[in-house]
Amino acid sequence: MFGLNWDLIWRNREEFLWGLVLGLQMALIGLAIGCVIGLLVAFARTSRHRWLSAPAAAYVEFVRNLPLLLILFFLYFGVPMWANSALPRDVADLLILDGENTVIAGLAIYGGAYLAEIFRAGILSVGRAFVEAGRSLGLSGVQIARYVTLPIMFRTVLPSLGNTFISLFKDTSLAMAIAVPELTFVTRKFVTDTFQFIQAWTVAAVLYIVTAYAIAAVLRFLERRIRWAV
Amino acid sequence: MASIIDELPLLLQGVVATLQISMLVVVAGSIVGVFGGLGLLFGPIWLRAPLRGYVDVVRGLPLLVTIFIIYYVPPAFDIDISGFAAVVVALSIFAGAHISEIVRGGVASVAKGQSDAAKALGLTFWPRIWSVVLPQALPSIIPPWTNTAIEMVKGSSLAYLVSVSELLFQTYKVVGRTGAAMEIYIAAALLYFAINFAVSRFGAWLERRVRYAL
Repeated sequence: MFGLNWDLIWRNREEFLWGLVLGLQMALIGLAIGCVIGLLVAFARTSRHRWLSAPAAAYVEFVRNLPLLLILFFLYFGVPMWANSALPRDVADLLILDGENTVIAGLAIYGGAYLAEIFRAGILSVGRAFVEAGRSLGLSGVQIARYVTLPIMFRTVLPSLGNTFISLFKDTSLAMAIAVPELTFVTRKFVTDTFQFIQAWTVAAVLYIVTAYAIAAVLRFLERRIRWAV
Repeated sequence: MASIIDELPLLLQGVVATLQISMLVVVAGSIVGVFGGLGLLFGPIWLRAPLRGYVDVVRGLPLLVTIFIIYYVPPAFDIDISGFAAVVVALSIFAGAHISEIVRGGVASVAKGQSDAAKALGLTFWPRIWSVVLPQALPSIIPPWTNTAIEMVKGSSLAYLVSVSELLFQTYKVVGRTGAAMEIYIAAALLYFAINFAVSRFGAWLERRVRYAL
């Protein structure tokens, strides 16, 4: 195609595909942990108690204004340097993560701030009447959150959750900066080995775009299913 | 603590580069975005179709991949491009696509009657868009535009990966030399936060200014 030689890249197809899978994996785990962080922070931020809502708001506002790459560098280079000199050995070892876990932790912290805002909007969109109905049934605060607010907001937040997953997936490309062999890393390595710039970046771009739109299509399908189930 | 103050000038050099990249990108991206958005709405099909393609392709790509494509592919055709230029071009392409969508949505949300009324007064296309429709679209364009500007400040950190000495690059270098990891990373985080906080205040100020009494 286009007078270019595509043999070499075809022979290395598995590396590219595994890179893509690794990216999806890290994004999915990051999203899952980010959802836990996001939910806790969102409930804290909507709490009446200032000692809960103020730190939650600070976390969201601070982290959303930081570049993800800075967070990754901090976790991968900064934390080990500091931990090795300031903490006892066994505690330090816990904080020193390998490349993949750094990316997952970074995505969870970074995504958690965005997810907290999404969940907060979801919580606020649940009508007061539902919460009051729960209270009049004698449910505790945690029970109201678990059995009333969460199921109702789930449907409102699902589309934004999907968008966050897609953007976290695209963000996994930054993992190449700390030598995690995901798609962008594999592509750049392939380019330095073979000088086939055009083929390699075309393949990477197509894989990213197709995957992003495929995820979007699956999510739209899921959304329709869930709306029917109501 | 002494080390941060000694190293601050180096970090501030990085801040200058980060600001330079971000400002160039926001200006270029906004110009592309205004015409892109109008093209998506009002353009003839031969303009609309490629614009749609541009916007959808760029929005499906990771920013870093866009940067690498702009940085690595032109040299294959004997076109030299510096890291700084590659980053500015790539981020502008990225911002342009996002702002096109924002402008398209904002302009489409202005009531059709406004454009019809302007037409009835005899205004031709550009005066109609420029002095009737766009000013009313601004309140819904400014907030997501501000978010894109913040994304671009954050995105300029990827310039590190093509060896441009912006804030993250400087941070990394200073940490490597002094070993004061915690302090320097926190200082860098605060600097990024300060820049983006200023951008969001500016956005909020702009938003108030464009909310005409309708």
